[in-house]
Amino acid sequence: MSQRTVLLPADIERALVRIAHQIIEHNRGIDGVVLLGIPTRGVALAKRLARNLASIEQQAGNELDPASITGQLDVTMFRDDLRRRAPRAPQPTRIPPMGVDDKTVVLIDDVLYSGRTVRAALDAVSAVGRPRAVQLAVLVDRGHRELPIRADFVGKNLPSARSERIGVELAEIDGADAVVITDATDTQTREAE
Amino acid sequence: MKHLLATRDLRRDDAIMLLDTAEDMADVSDREVKKLPVLRGITVVNLFYEDSTRTRISFEAAEKRLSADVINFAAKGSSVSKGESLKDTAQTLRAIGADAVVIRHPSSGAPQLLAERDWIDTPILNAGDGMHEHPTQALLDAFTLRHRLHGRDGARGTGLDGAHVVIVGDILHSRVARSNVWLLSTLGARVTLVGPPTLLPADTSMWPARTTYDLDEALADDPTAVMLLRIQAERMRDAFFPNTREYATFWGLSEARFHALGSEVAIMHPGPMNRGLEISSAAADSSQSTVLEQVANGVAVRMSALYHLLSGSQEGAA
Repeated sequence: MSQRTVLLPADIERALVRIAHQIIEHNRGIDGVVLLGIPTRGVALAKRLARNLASIEQQAGNELDPASITGQLDVTMFRDDLRRRAPRAPQPTRIPPMGVDDKTVVLIDDVLYSGRTVRAALDAVSAVGRPRAVQLAVLVDRGHRELPIRADFVGKNLPSARSERIGVELAEIDGADAVVITDATDTQTREAE
Repeated sequence: MKHLLATRDLRRDDAIMLLDTAEDMADVSDREVKKLPVLRGITVVNLFYEDSTRTRISFEAAEKRLSADVINFAAKGSSVSKGESLKDTAQTLRAIGADAVVIRHPSSGAPQLLAERDWIDTPILNAGDGMHEHPTQALLDAFTLRHRLHGRDGARGTGLDGAHVVIVGDILHSRVARSNVWLLSTLGARVTLVGPPTLLPADTSMWPARTTYDLDEALADDPTAVMLLRIQAERMRDAFFPNTREYATFWGLSEARFHALGSEVAIMHPGPMNRGLEISSAAADSSQSTVLEQVANGVAVRMSALYHLLSGSQEGAA
């Protein structure tokens, strides 16, 4: 099984700082911006982005509590492949106290692939309110879309083969930061043996 | 999990997963749009061979909140009263294209029969069978108790370790009691069963519960919750106690007994209640009573059970 690391901790940090700047620039500030992470790793990324936003704002002389604009959005119940996948316990959805009505919601996930998770997330958002706009930030865009969905903010474009697996590892969950590509053809051969 | 027939064989991990999912389902009930697309395109049949308003409405609400198509089948006034067998009914449901069957039946084991025979190949959910089990009722009781113990925010992932639940009344005829005995003990709670000798099963040595005839003694043993069971006149063909006044005196949660309990003790009842018999109005209407909370939680727990039974049901199909 061949494996190579494509993003190191410093690359991930740089990408998240850049995305934070882009979010501020795109929305002309962060008034009314809510970050909703998609479990599991999207939530950790959302928290980091919120911290980056807060420190950028602090440099500009504005105080921002990162926790007040961060939440998590579970999309399990809105997936269209429920009956084809092994059951999984949903994660709680936590919306910041200000809600999402008339806010700009930035959805955050680790990898953008088929687009089906994002489609489910759009449904999940509309079940909790009516945002003014919804944007999408991902750490890695690996292509192979099955739906007309694109990200507004991308950490790294990583064209990949379908047989490859992109693994995002984050210190909060996996102990260390890394983005790793594994060639799954090898794995399948091994499992078949 | 293919079927939900009993709590006796439910593993602790699975029980906690069902309860945790119910936490998310309960959040949905607080929203403006109380609907999830989870079971869109799925047909659930509620097959009720026995009258039940509460459980049927609860299941129907759960199914509709998950966007399922619901077919209600009441045996009364149907072809069953013309003599159709369970097998024929099951095959009819298969022909209709039912994706799941929620069954309530007066005979113990009917849901199991439906699950094991090849008459119909869908998840079967037991909504109460004879004197056997009523798993979703036990799950909603455990869910309610978990909230009382750990609060709504701290409940996720927890069991009922250290809790003491006193179940009082007609244990003999009660499927609610049986399901609760197994589930509560799986989740780590201690269970005491109390009732007149005639309403306790002859042999409970295999049950993970203590039995006693003395309610006051059980109530003195620091209970976390007292669960009163309904005296089921319809299931009693013999005289199990001399009269209702005597029952109320010895085994009813009278006002005096209720006031002697700590203010933290939860008062539970699966409903419908016989006020003045197994429970006094003072207890039923107090803030310690969880009766309506149990009803509300019933919908969330049933949504969770349906979700877990129906997700992954076509695994490998794609």
